[in-house]
Amino acid sequence: MPETTFLDANELVINMGPQHPATHGVLRVKLKLDGERVLGTECIIGYLHRGVEKIAENRTYAQFTPYVDRMDYVAAVTNGMGYVEAVEKLLGVEIPPRAQYTRMILAELQRIASHLLWLGTHALDIGAMTPVFYTFREREEVLKIFEEYCGARLTTHAFRIGGLQYDLYDGFERDVSKFCDYFLPKVDEYEQLLTKNRIWINRTRKIGVITAEEAIALSVTGPVLRGSGVKWDIRKAQPYEAYDKVEFDVPVGEHGDTYDRYVVRMAEMRQSVRIVRQCVERIAPGPIFGKVGKVLKPPAGEVYHSIEAPKGELGYYLVSDGTVNPYRVRVRPPSLINLQALDVMSRDHLVADIVAIIGTLDIVLGEVDR
Amino acid sequence: MPSLNVAKEQLVAVCQFLKSPEGGAYAMLTDETAADYPKREKRFDIIYHLYSFQGNNRLRLRVQASANEKIPSVTGVWPGANWLEREIFDMFGVVYEGHPDMKRLLLPEEWVGHPLRKDYDILRQDEAWVKTNLGIESGQ
Repeated sequence: MPETTFLDANELVINMGPQHPATHGVLRVKLKLDGERVLGTECIIGYLHRGVEKIAENRTYAQFTPYVDRMDYVAAVTNGMGYVEAVEKLLGVEIPPRAQYTRMILAELQRIASHLLWLGTHALDIGAMTPVFYTFREREEVLKIFEEYCGARLTTHAFRIGGLQYDLYDGFERDVSKFCDYFLPKVDEYEQLLTKNRIWINRTRKIGVITAEEAIALSVTGPVLRGSGVKWDIRKAQPYEAYDKVEFDVPVGEHGDTYDRYVVRMAEMRQSVRIVRQCVERIAPGPIFGKVGKVLKPPAGEVYHSIEAPKGELGYYLVSDGTVNPYRVRVRPPSLINLQALDVMSRDHLVADIVAIIGTLDIVLGEVDR
Repeated sequence: MPSLNVAKEQLVAVCQFLKSPEGGAYAMLTDETAADYPKREKRFDIIYHLYSFQGNNRLRLRVQASANEKIPSVTGVWPGANWLEREIFDMFGVVYEGHPDMKRLLLPEEWVGHPLRKDYDILRQDEAWVKTNLGIESGQ
């Protein structure tokens, strides 16, 4: 008789992913379990690595613009916005107000679309089937506006370095205002389904708690940081484009749990509508392109520029050596850095909660792996 | 953004000071990355972007290192540096001292080479790895 059997071992390692519907892509997680209780997690990533930063060094500044859309492919507009702004900062170019407001409108619509996708899939992961049908219905309306504006729905390549490629089409303002009027009651509709739903509350309250100190130490940003009660949004703290000219609130949570992050993102969608409405009011006819040469040759130097993407701080660190190709492009991906908090957030939870925690982090593997 | 050059021997002490209230309360390590300048004697620049919530300002630190030099890890100051330093090791081959889990982040662990070095051609790949693991001649 052996002295110990496998039944004596109280630690079990199981594998989740990379092909798993609740990991939102190709994330592989090794779970160390004691029964149903999670002792620790280890993420294995890189299945979608395409070497975006290497590609950038072999392209010109303008040629690289479409590639950034393929990182966070559910929020391509904000990705592109961060990159073109970083290059503009390097070049020292001012862009005209009409282009700024257009960018803000599209970026906020993109935030809504990204949060809608998060809400639908997150609720689906937890077991609520209905919201995903509703949220995709509204997301479609946003994508229709994108399609009408630039011909693409997902990887939009909406902006150019120095301004915009296309001026607004006739009726853009009308379409956007119509969407805002249509959309706000829909947020109430989602909230009716979830906010006071007992199953939803039981599955999300006190799940995946991360304190403000832990979040800052782990460099977590975006709605996850705000869910822990840190009132910090780059649009307010270090405004870019014309965010200092519009009014909006920064919603924060209190407990840093999955439910609070849900509340924060729901409130953010309403704030985005508020920003979009102000931009539509202010947008005036005028030029859409700043003074940029045909050949982009930024002076030698380096720049770091970051924006508040739907998932957190999206930063670009560019080094120029004075030629047409960037010497180094570094992308600070919010998804990757927020994912690092999974281990802290999932300790002492049940296996079933892992799915809720991955959902609440709102990661996109295209951006995690780049 | 203000930028500081730091000697690698002083790096951890400088970071600890900058994180403290007297040093400006740079509580968050926003990003850590590297850049390769193969013609220099110390070919790598390790670049840290810090953020202070109190002062609402950013600070850039820069450490230079040659190819076979080890860099002290700042995971003890900001735990968020863990994956960032693993990514730099993966892409540049910079080894960190005192890192709790020094291994590749994105590429397979057996991969040979560090792709973001300037002498690593964009079409290059670890052919042996591709052949054994994917069963194809080339991934290109």
